[in-house]
Amino acid sequence: MSFWRSNRFWAWVALAFGVLYFALPLIGTFEFSLRMKRGEYSFEAYRVILGDPRFQATFMYSVMMALLTIVMGVLLVVPTAYWVRLKLPRWRPVVEFITLLPLIIPAIVIVFGYIRMYNTSSVLPLTGSAFGTDILMVCGYTVLALPYMYRAVDTGLRTLDITTLTEAAESLGAGKVTILAKIILPNVLVAILSGAFLTFAIVIGEFVFAALLNRPAFGPFMQLIGANRAYEPAALAVIAFSITWLCMGLMQLVTRLQKHTQVKQFR
Amino acid sequence: MAFLEISNLQKDYAGNRVVENFNLAVEQGEFVSFLGPSGCGKTTVLRMVAGFETPSSGSIRIDGKDVVNLKPNQRNIGMVFQAYALFPNMTVAQNLAFGLKVAGKSKAEIDATVKEMLALIKLEELGQRYPFQLSGGQQQRVALARALAVKPKLLLLDEPLSALDAKIRVSLREEIRAIQRKLQITTIFVTHDQEEALSMSDRIVVMHKGKADQLGTPFEIYNQPKTRFVASFVGTINVLEAVVTDTQTGSFLLNGTELSLGRSLNTFKTGDAIALALRPEAASLGAVAGKSGQLHGKVQDVNFLGSVIRVRVKVGEQVISLDGFNQPSVAPPKAGDHVMVSFAPEELLVLAD
Repeated sequence: MSFWRSNRFWAWVALAFGVLYFALPLIGTFEFSLRMKRGEYSFEAYRVILGDPRFQATFMYSVMMALLTIVMGVLLVVPTAYWVRLKLPRWRPVVEFITLLPLIIPAIVIVFGYIRMYNTSSVLPLTGSAFGTDILMVCGYTVLALPYMYRAVDTGLRTLDITTLTEAAESLGAGKVTILAKIILPNVLVAILSGAFLTFAIVIGEFVFAALLNRPAFGPFMQLIGANRAYEPAALAVIAFSITWLCMGLMQLVTRLQKHTQVKQFR
Repeated sequence: MAFLEISNLQKDYAGNRVVENFNLAVEQGEFVSFLGPSGCGKTTVLRMVAGFETPSSGSIRIDGKDVVNLKPNQRNIGMVFQAYALFPNMTVAQNLAFGLKVAGKSKAEIDATVKEMLALIKLEELGQRYPFQLSGGQQQRVALARALAVKPKLLLLDEPLSALDAKIRVSLREEIRAIQRKLQITTIFVTHDQEEALSMSDRIVVMHKGKADQLGTPFEIYNQPKTRFVASFVGTINVLEAVVTDTQTGSFLLNGTELSLGRSLNTFKTGDAIALALRPEAASLGAVAGKSGQLHGKVQDVNFLGSVIRVRVKVGEQVISLDGFNQPSVAPPKAGDHVMVSFAPEELLVLAD
């Protein structure tokens, strides 16, 4: 078979098409972001954005929200996924379905539900204060990140013989909290970090929750800049993509650095 | 009072009884094996002793204390699993120290015990390795040491050798038994491998369909099986179908030949069908002095097993296996040869169903 007719040729064509499809808009955006100064390439747009106190404030706010969301997600998902695998294996499809719901239900539906349920005239008026609204935001973000966090942790747990490890630890006198903290958590750390980086990437650019709950997050700031400026939004987009790629790179790095991921229980 | 007493233990799963009226008394320092095929309930009994399963009824007493309502982590029982179950995120030394840390022991005591355990399993150099850096045999030795480190009252071994290859299995079973003897720890060992059970145990419980079919020393289990199942499961055995002709003299008709057991068959009536067991090594080819039972047949096949040659002879409708030592100067028979099978009728065992 000639090279032109071979599968390898079409594989290269598909790859080239994919690279162009994903890379061209980014290259275009990046190139545009460098043209703020007339007649020359510069990082002026980046300097303006990074020096804007609103960027720093909203970015730090979103970072804080992301970290809190990760903590809440881990506290919610790890014990749940562990318990479902250990004691309720028949309920796994149901729990998986529930964790997938945020992909089906739009964020705007969830946030309107929150506003109706937790408004100032409700039993729990969380939207009545900034702190209460922040709590709502973290809860909402946890729900948004649930499909990714649950899947990552569940995949991590699948590589372990949860039942036998739990029984071995119990026979050595350990209780459930010790087992979770000392055995399960360290062994799914890579999976948790994968889920955490995905959560971070989702929360850092999230718009709907922050805008409708009127909180000073990075998403609405990006929208504000995008509506009023020319070159800065392009620089912001590149920054946002860089953060996402950094998260993906870190995921790969921790997976490689984890010493005991090469577990072979049976030889 | 026995150290471990299991009384009238029963376990039902969705109306299906998997363990029925199980009773056992194990003395301090004894090594008892549960032997049986898959699904006979041996692991379920072990898991009820460990606390991982709750009995439907019955009691389990360890050192005089009823433990049925205690959680697994309150029973002070060491357990070794088929799948090793070493904690993958911890080194060998950290695995050994885990139970001691949970118990709140001092650092000095933990360090001393870890060192002692590493010496016990002869892996002093491998304390800093992770489980994935060890062979299967080494992992299982670490699992054993980890279970022993907390000084448990009782050691439970759930098919610990099943995942290992044959040579390591033999060396490790000798090592386990030597350690058990040295520490004098009361041990329950679950296996479906009769050779393991026979070679390691002080006593064996042969289990079948959720019940203990027979309890005895390896010698008793092998030489005096009480039931057809025990006879067929432990070692190779010929079960010969005969008809009782005289209950007083113990006479019976086997393949048209009348023979006598030399003891009465009071529990039978004349004309009853009876199952008699004959070990392959108790039968010989050709006439042998002192073996008055003689049957004629045709060699069906000959299997060369190294030191032993197994010959299967078709006698009437039954096939009898015979084991003889391999003697290089004597050629074994060939398939199709007409031969005489001789045995001592008084060595035949009467089997209950």
